Amino acid sequence: MTKTPHISVQHLNVHIGDQHILKDISINIRDKKVTSIIGPSGCGKTTLLKSFNRLLDNTPDVKITGKVLVDGEDIYDPNAEVTHIRKKMGLLSQRPYPLPMSIYDNVAYGPRIHGLRKKPALDELVEEQLKATGLWNEVKDRLNTSASRLSIGQQQRLCLARGLAVGPEIILGDESTSALDPLSTSIIEDLFISLKEKYSIVLVTHILRQARRVSDYIIFVYMGRIVEFGPTEEVLLNPKEELTQEYVKGFIS
Amino acid sequence: MKRRKFEELFFRVLMILATVIVAGSFFVIVGTIFIKGFRYMNLDMITKTPGGGFYIGKEGGVLNAIVGSAYVAGGATLLGLLISIPVAIFINLYMNGKKLWPNVLRLCYDVLFGIPSIVYGAFGFLIMVYFGLRASLLGGIIAVTLLVIPIMVRALDEVIRTVPGELRDAALSLGATRWEMAKVVLRQIRPGILTAILLSFGRAIGDVASVLFTAGFSDNVPTSLHQPAATLPLAIFFQLGSAVDEVQGRGYASALILTIIVLIITILSGILSKKFSKYKV
Amino acid sequence: MQKFRLLKDKILYKLMLVFTLASASLILVIGIGLYQRSIPLLQSSSWTQLLTSDTWKPLKGLFGFYPFIMGTLWVTGIAIVIALPLCLLVALYLTEYAPARIRNILNPLVNLLSGIPPVIFGVWGVLFIIPFIQKFVAPHFVDYSTGYSVLAGGIVLAVMIFPLIVSIITEVFRTIPQDLRDASLSLGATKWETVKKVVLRKAFPGIIAAVVLAVSRAFGETIAVLMVCGNNAVAPHSVFDPGYPLPALIANNYGEMMSIPRYDSALMFAALLLFLIILLFNIISRVILSRLESRLAV
Repeated sequence: MTKTPHISVQHLNVHIGDQHILKDISINIRDKKVTSIIGPSGCGKTTLLKSFNRLLDNTPDVKITGKVLVDGEDIYDPNAEVTHIRKKMGLLSQRPYPLPMSIYDNVAYGPRIHGLRKKPALDELVEEQLKATGLWNEVKDRLNTSASRLSIGQQQRLCLARGLAVGPEIILGDESTSALDPLSTSIIEDLFISLKEKYSIVLVTHILRQARRVSDYIIFVYMGRIVEFGPTEEVLLNPKEELTQEYVKGFIS
Repeated sequence: MKRRKFEELFFRVLMILATVIVAGSFFVIVGTIFIKGFRYMNLDMITKTPGGGFYIGKEGGVLNAIVGSAYVAGGATLLGLLISIPVAIFINLYMNGKKLWPNVLRLCYDVLFGIPSIVYGAFGFLIMVYFGLRASLLGGIIAVTLLVIPIMVRALDEVIRTVPGELRDAALSLGATRWEMAKVVLRQIRPGILTAILLSFGRAIGDVASVLFTAGFSDNVPTSLHQPAATLPLAIFFQLGSAVDEVQGRGYASALILTIIVLIITILSGILSKKFSKYKV
Repeated sequence: MQKFRLLKDKILYKLMLVFTLASASLILVIGIGLYQRSIPLLQSSSWTQLLTSDTWKPLKGLFGFYPFIMGTLWVTGIAIVIALPLCLLVALYLTEYAPARIRNILNPLVNLLSGIPPVIFGVWGVLFIIPFIQKFVAPHFVDYSTGYSVLAGGIVLAVMIFPLIVSIITEVFRTIPQDLRDASLSLGATKWETVKKVVLRKAFPGIIAAVVLAVSRAFGETIAVLMVCGNNAVAPHSVFDPGYPLPALIANNYGEMMSIPRYDSALMFAALLLFLIILLFNIISRVILSRLESRLAV
């Protein structure tokens, strides 16, 4: 039985200026699984990720053709409502970007914008998400202090809590542990593993060890094209394509 | 959701309105000057000095003021250059290794930059009194030089900073003295120096408060440093205050002349700085 | 030959050092000079007397600076109230919304505006703003007005400081990383919500610095305001009243300075007041701006 893929990319082409960044990408992201996108720098991984929540729209000189279906609906349809689409996805960037406000307000920012104003409901939501990311005990006594005072590892978890608070279905991570120390990194990796029960997760990473530890599926992107796609163990240990073999060679578990 | 969209649209409209007002104010100002001044413009304006007494004379032009301004601004720019180039070189090239001093000095010049021209005029006046000078070309040049130095130092400082440290190192490792290395850097930034000159000249020629006490005024073109000198901005000011219509008209025409001069200078320096940055990339 | 080169280098070094120290210390020299000249005045009245008395009768030796301080505050206040919202909107438009085409036209335009000499602004004020106020604005509010008012001064001043505020705020916005905006957008916020709740908050100290700098610039502007303000030595009570800002006081009366006792001290004192206030504002603003720079450079 084939489930409808959560995200289905069909013949996506992205040009930035006169550079053809993504070439005829077609791929399906499975529901409630972790999919990692790997590949050398500059080959389009982040561009692909940003095309999922239409953050790519803001890049100057960009041209996007093709379809990206989320739950069967094309997000690049001219009638599609962008903020609604983005709400479905949570983005975790390379470096944490806490909003210039308190810890509480950071997590409450999304829900507030989308109409939730009642304090008790917000309190509950903030607590829930901070617990889900393991921050609650560390910050419950200083919810109203500025978010910038947290350590980087805590800030990244805050950004994750913030993203979860809007109730997305999909989590996107753009090399989200590259600025963190090993302990914080493994905390976030564990979070991804536990969160996939509720969310579909797409991660961009260049750390193959991380990809292996966390993901169910791997996409290997090279020079804007998808070279290989399949379950983690297969792609990393037994790649079919030569390019993939070159890239993962030397990777011993 | 509708409310959010509406709010966005509302502010977008407001933004465009604000932009139209701010950008449009330029055209309104220049347009008003052009329209009013054009009527009274004729060749006499720029070739003759006022005839028959300045406030009531109905003939002549403002050659005295044009030349006077050129002398004052030119003298001040030159003097300013002589002082500012060494300062800019000193801060940037001679002081490397020390983090604190250059920044303190830059703060000093930034503060000097913010001091209004009337204070420089008042101070220039004090200097003149101290040295027993009368209101003259020399006095004007001194006051305007003081005004111009922070402008130039800032502009030159910015330009020198764009020169990569490797150039400096390359010269030094060939055994050059600091001064010889500085000469190399200066040659590299020649267009930048020109831009700084234009910038300062434009500011100097248009300023009133600094020459008010110090340069005096005269109907004639000054022939020595100790004679009083007329300046365009002051000429405009006085002419507009006259009760005689023709003199007022000359005021508008003078305003037009000054505006054109300054616009040309600004456009030139803008083009130059674009060309300059094309080289650098 | 070698000796000569080294000697030349040494001499030039000393020369440059002297030039630099001398010109940087101008701040002190100017302050001291102005203060010295004000001493005769300070000997006969105290600082509080001078700053709070509103009687200005030089011939009788009465120098109360209150009307002029008020005049300066009114004109500057009006200018900021007009210029700040407008320039904030323009800066937002330029950095967050405007396509490159429009930016390439607007930036040079703002630059050109900044180059126009103050006296031209004054001429424009007399030709355009004064009649505008007299015929179209004032009749709604007061019985009679010549148009020469602090309102006119404020409007002219506002247009003069447009380029300054726009350029500083634009610079501040540009230092905010795009990723921060992306973080807000990814949560489903609209562009305007992002601007309102994230960008403006982050830029707040920079905006304050811009205002402080603009105020210090407006305080010192002489000729343009002088031409449209009315120059009446009475503190203004409404925007349609004439005003007499400090720089205008100095500029208008320098001629009589030497003939009336202590008049020159009074004018130098006015210059000293201006100098001190502007000095303070400048330093505050520069410190804020440089702290911002260093925090974001990390």
